[in-house]
Formats: sequence, structure tokens, C-alpha cells
Amino acid sequence: MADEVEPVATIGTPIRLEYDYRPGTAESVFLNGLRQGKLIGARAGHDGPVYLPPRGADPKSARITDDYVEVKDTGTVVTFSITRVPSPNIRIDPPYAAISVLLDGADISFFHVLRGCELEDVRIGMRVKARWVPPEQRGPTVWNIEYFEPLDEPDVPYDEIKEYC
Amino acid sequence: MQDVAIVSTAQFNTRAAPDRNEIEILLPVAQEAVRRSGLARGDIDFTCSGSSDWLQGQPFAFVSALDAVGAWPPVKESHVEMDGAWAMYEAWVKIQTGEVDSALVYSFGKTSPGDLAQVQSIALDPYCVAPLWPDMDSINALQARLYLQASGRDERDLAAIVARCRSDALNNQHAVEKGEHDVDKLLTEPYVASPLRAHDCPTHSDGATALVLVAGDRARELCARPVWIRGIDHRVEPMHLGLRDLTRCVSAQQAGLNAGVDQRRPQFAELSAPYSFQELILRDALGLGDDVRINPSGGSLVTHTMFSCGQNRIIDAVERITTGNADLGIAHASQGPCLQQNLVCVLEGD
Repeated sequence: MADEVEPVATIGTPIRLEYDYRPGTAESVFLNGLRQGKLIGARAGHDGPVYLPPRGADPKSARITDDYVEVKDTGTVVTFSITRVPSPNIRIDPPYAAISVLLDGADISFFHVLRGCELEDVRIGMRVKARWVPPEQRGPTVWNIEYFEPLDEPDVPYDEIKEYC
Repeated sequence: MQDVAIVSTAQFNTRAAPDRNEIEILLPVAQEAVRRSGLARGDIDFTCSGSSDWLQGQPFAFVSALDAVGAWPPVKESHVEMDGAWAMYEAWVKIQTGEVDSALVYSFGKTSPGDLAQVQSIALDPYCVAPLWPDMDSINALQARLYLQASGRDERDLAAIVARCRSDALNNQHAVEKGEHDVDKLLTEPYVASPLRAHDCPTHSDGATALVLVAGDRARELCARPVWIRGIDHRVEPMHLGLRDLTRCVSAQQAGLNAGVDQRRPQFAELSAPYSFQELILRDALGLGDDVRINPSGGSLVTHTMFSCGQNRIIDAVERITTGNADLGIAHASQGPCLQQNLVCVLEGD
């Protein structure tokens, strides 16, 4: 009998869940900052590392990061990769440089993309600056920074950034 | 068997915490439990948590929650996609192995961002039940109907439980829903899913709980009145509701026997009964007589933070003992539809 049963190869059971995401206190400060063209990190007390984006806690000390610090929109590339695979969620055509950038004043690196130079010129230690979208187009999103572009400054020696690499 | 005690606790519950993310809800609670333990964070050997990424809608959300409890340098850590009571069980087992002597156990739940009824639906059999999107209130109402039919109890008995829990909650600063209520008036409220009214269902809340476990004499050094886990066990029943006798709770009964409930004379029990009638099923399952005070905290009917409520029952029981209001109590946690999975522990003060 069992042999005569036609096997069901697939069934469709679509699942869709909607969430009302509330970013919380620290990330709200960060996102509101982006709206104003500012990068705001946070630290626990005046001596803790500056996290950007801040998520509310210093994972090293388990203290609340309630001291908000504006970080510069310039920084140093601490690592990079040339991405050659397209993604439906990324509006930049490959190949492009994905970078991890240590912003001046922050203690953890920040992920974004780099444009404005030949891909073979991208290197660890190079100085970069954020290029912002026009103020009237800004919302609470990291895409307020269109991309980072090279700064005409000398590279930072590897030894000075290696703990962030 | 290694003696293990709960040396500190902390909890926070609120109806909704729209302005704080999970890390921000959890951090002060975990910090408070660690501070009260008298141990430095770095001296706690093991960290174990219970939560569900589905509530948050973020994959691996439980990993980011570690930011709130301090996880650098890297800590020995584990997580269960279950109520924090089961995280405590894992930590207790870990201590029994001799690998660690202390543990921070925490849990958190924030249900306000999503549609809880829908999120809970997808925990059911994904092929033949979940596509129907049944909600928990309706599923538990099926059990309620069966139980009332089989036991001869009625809706008035359920309303009396609700009135008692809300009244007890007046003495619980952490309770969300509280007040004096008239049974006749409760019975005039409309049904959510008959025979259940809104007050027969859990009061959902956002919150977090944390406790610290310490083994042996070290617990006595740290704490004026450590609360010892004299017995603990958990059991699960089949997923398919049709396979179970919903009028009783065999898994709670077995867990209770294995935890040694029948060997002791508990003064009170903190039962995780999210729906009013389930308290009666659990009383029967655990053999608790009329002399045992049930849910002096008010229980899940007045505060129900998903994935934290079972650990909350343990913490409420511990706090009742540490404050000298009792010496011996039962704490119970449940999860899954219709009391599917149950954990029971016997708690005693020195």
C-alpha cells in the first residue's frame, strides 16, 4: 500500500512576520545623529572605549554607555576586500571596495564602502572621508553616507592601527 | 551530588519598554544580580541564558545580548532557545559535572515589537498546524474547555483564581497587573476564546531576570541565606496536542516526583500557569494540597515576560525564602502550548 502513495515532493507554507523595530536609547541617538549628518558613538564613563554604532552596553565592562561622543567622519582603513559578487540589497555595481574604517575618535571600526579611487590603490592605512547625501535626502540610516572616498593625507603606519585590524 | 544555591536574584518587568532595546533592558538586571552575589563578574565561571530570537526578529540576537553581561575577555557561555528556567537547569548540570562552581543565569523577553500570537504560531508543527496560524489563547482555550468538562469546575472557579492573583500582586512591586477584583464583575467580561476571558490569559510584559548560582560552602560565605536547589527535573510531552491527555499534566507530575516534591512539605509554590485554569491542573499534577500557598507573587496572570517568566517564578520563590517569609517552596516553569514542557525545582533556605 505504502508503495502506491504518490510522494509529495514539496508543500508551500509561506510565513511572513512583521516587527515594529525600536532601536532603543543608544542606537536612537546614533540614528538621529545620522539624520543631522553627525556620527555619534558612546562610551561607558569618560574612560571607556567609544563604540560606534553604540548599542547600549560596553561589552568589556558590562556598563551602560551613556556618555555620547561625536566622532569625526574621517578615518583610516583597517581592512578591505574587493567585492565582485552582486547582491540584490546593495545598490552599487561590483566590483567595489568594502572597507572597515576606524573613524577618528572611535575605538571600533565601522563597515562601509569606498569609492573614488582605483580598486588596486585601496590599502590598509589609507585615510578616507565620508561623502554624505544632501541634507534634504537624509533619514535615520547609515546610507546617509553615500560612500567613503580617499583623503589626500599620508597613510597611517600599520603599527599605529594594528590593534584595530 | 553537589549542593547548589541561588545566592542572588534580580528582575524587571514592565507592560512595554518601547524606548529600550533588549540589551538596555537586561543590563541593569544582570548587573544587579552580579553585584548582589558578592562575586566579581570575572570570578563567575559560567554564563547561561534563555531567550528567543523570534521575539526580537533578529537572528542571533542572543549573542548581542552578551554585550549586556560583559563577555570580554571571552567567557564560557551557553544559550537555550527556551525559558531561563532551563538555562538554570543547564548551569546546575554544568556545576554537577565539576567543571564550574558558579554561574550567571539570565533571560529576557520583549514581545512588544512583534505580533506575539503570530510568532508563537510558528513554533507549532510547521507543515500541518502552523499554516493554520492558530493563536495560543485559542489553543489553550481548547484545553480549558476539556479541563472544565472533566473536572466539574466552572468559570467562577477560574475568576476566583484571577481575583486572588491580582490581589496578591498588590504586594509584588514587580507585578504589572494588580488590584482588587470582584468575581461577579470579572464574569461579566467578554470572552477572548471561550471559556477564557482576557483576565484568564497571561498579562504580557517586557522584562528580564537574572540570578547567580554558587556551589557548596562558597554559597554560605557569600550569602546570609542561600536558597538551595534540593531537587530539579524537567520533562516534555509530544508536540501533537491530540496525543496528550490535556486534562492532566503528566510531564509536570513526573518532573515533580523526580525533583522530590512528594518527599517534602512545601509551604508555597510559584507555578508558571499562564492561563488561570492551568494552576488547577498543576496543583493536581504536583499533589499540592490546600495548605500550600499558590503563587504569592501573583504569577503569570499578572506578569508574563516570555522566556523569562519561568525563571521569574524561581526568583519569586527565592525572594520569598530569603526575606524569611518561608523556608521551603516549589518553583515551576512551563513552556509550549497547554503546559507541554515542565520544569520543577524544590527550593529551601538554610
